[in-house]
Amino acid sequence: MADQKQAASDKKPASNLAIWLGLADNSFTRQKTVKFGDASAVNSGRGYGIITVAALLLLWWVATAFGWIKPIYWPSFGSVATRLDTLWTDGFRNVALWDHVAISVYRVLSGVFYGALVGIPLGLAMGLSSVARGVFDPVVEFIRPIPPLALIPLIILWFGIDEFAKIFLLFLASLFIMTIAARAGVSSVNISKVHAAYSLGASKWQVLTRVILPNALPEIFTGLRVSMGVCWGTVVAAELVAADRGVGSMIMIAKNFLQTDTVVIGIIIIGIIGFTIEILMRQLEKWLVPWRGKS
Amino acid sequence: MKALNVDDVSMVFTVPGGADVHALENVNLKLEPGELVSVLGPSGCGKTTLLNIVAGFLSPTRGQVFLDDDPVTGPSAERGMVFQQGALFEWMSVEKNVAFGPSVAGKPRAEIKKTVDHLLSVVGLEDFATKPVYQLSGGMQQRVALARCLANDPEVILMDEPLGALDALTREKMQGLVLKLWKETGKTIILITHSVEEALFLGERLIVMAPRPGRIEKEYRLPFAEMGLKKSPRDVKAAPAFIKNREEILSMIWEMEEEIMGRQEAS
Ligand SMILES: Nc1ncnc2c1ncn2[C@@H]1O[C@H](COP(=O)(O)OP(=O)(O)OP(=O)(O)O)[C@@H](O)[C@H]1O
Ligand SMILES: [Mg+2]
Repeated sequence: MADQKQAASDKKPASNLAIWLGLADNSFTRQKTVKFGDASAVNSGRGYGIITVAALLLLWWVATAFGWIKPIYWPSFGSVATRLDTLWTDGFRNVALWDHVAISVYRVLSGVFYGALVGIPLGLAMGLSSVARGVFDPVVEFIRPIPPLALIPLIILWFGIDEFAKIFLLFLASLFIMTIAARAGVSSVNISKVHAAYSLGASKWQVLTRVILPNALPEIFTGLRVSMGVCWGTVVAAELVAADRGVGSMIMIAKNFLQTDTVVIGIIIIGIIGFTIEILMRQLEKWLVPWRGKS
Repeated sequence: MKALNVDDVSMVFTVPGGADVHALENVNLKLEPGELVSVLGPSGCGKTTLLNIVAGFLSPTRGQVFLDDDPVTGPSAERGMVFQQGALFEWMSVEKNVAFGPSVAGKPRAEIKKTVDHLLSVVGLEDFATKPVYQLSGGMQQRVALARCLANDPEVILMDEPLGALDALTREKMQGLVLKLWKETGKTIILITHSVEEALFLGERLIVMAPRPGRIEKEYRLPFAEMGLKKSPRDVKAAPAFIKNREEILSMIWEMEEEIMGRQEAS
């Protein structure tokens, strides 16, 4: 009897490996009795994830090795590896692989930069002045629901297909996101903070720069993150339509030559970069606005 | 220090599609320089509205507030405010918060540092100077808020339930601190509170307000703040005179609350 009680109270902890794989309860989830419905009590199941990835890779290898699927629809492991090697050393169409990636990233960063440069002051103004709100509200509200891709034809008509046209498209895509984020940041300020600042003797300008702007930073950061994501999607799509450099153009041109392996490599690169942007932005946010959600 | 004069102030809120709210009606209140007046009253009787008018955040529909002979037209550094909570700047460290007033006034850096260091030691937070405010407990945050207000050396300090969000023990300690600071700085203070005990303990004068329309119902002169400077807060609060006053005011506020409830049920 006594032994049984003892055994029940200190269950043998699962091995570290099983915990890391997310298959066994860790010290946090172990003590919880309600698991179904409590998302934080659900183990990561990392082990199953590894199995899934391995299975997909195996399926890939088997399907191509046994000729279940034609290389034109999906390339073999080996051909992707060789292609990656040639792309790495020779580039694609006289442009280094790295340059294709760099030009796409450069376009996104420029677009987001100019979008923020114009959008943040615009959003702040809309949150602070009835004139700015009245003048810009109809424009912002009208253009906001239009997907940036729908603007491509118009922008080609106006500016052609050169670099400026692409960055202008991305600028538009991020402009409205940044405007709305900054405006939301202004309206999220707790009025007590503004009152406190004024009764400590701050001028309007000081209230703006020392209270409203820092207070809006978390929202502005969310805007930046969303902008980055949207612009990354938009740049790839824009490059598919009209460009001779960039990851999007790379996979489009490769398609025309039926180079499915290059297409697949491009898609994987797009995924990895999109993911990396998201992670970097989150880190930057933790570092720059540590007070987020702490008031 | 200057005298504060609330001269026949009325405030009517016009609610679109609803009945007008008479938040304040003909409120008259005079504070001598260096006086500490506490204000009590049931919820919704216009305490915050009164304080916002004195601070200059709202302009009354009738009447005016004067500081000595100057009418109040907007917020200014001579009328400092301590809010219930959430008014600290969480993107700044403790010392930056306290330094806010002097720094927007463009005071020299060395002088600001001296003021901030002094005030942080007065409120017992010298070890937390560089910490971000969101890492502090509620009681510590209110001490920062007090220090930030004092750093500006205002003529009048307005407090809207500054200790309302604190637990009973921390609250009692903070009451001692407020009393000490008041005595040391000789500021003119209006303190709004929901706690009858706090109002009795801290106020030289106690104003009880009544709702609908918001008005001053009764006024007491109290000896307890003076007593509290010499005796321990527990002793003061256990004194028979203190208890008698407390019960009297409590039952008065209870009656007002019941009347409000009755009216709500009737309508
Ligand atoms: N902006 C406003 N618009 C309309 N009515 C308002 C407004 N502000 C306050 N009131 C009304 O004025 C009355 C007084 O409000 P006030 O906030 O001053 O009360 P209070 O005494 O501070 O209450 P509490 O003790 O709950 O803080 C209330 O009936 C409230 O509904
Ligand atoms: Mg109030």
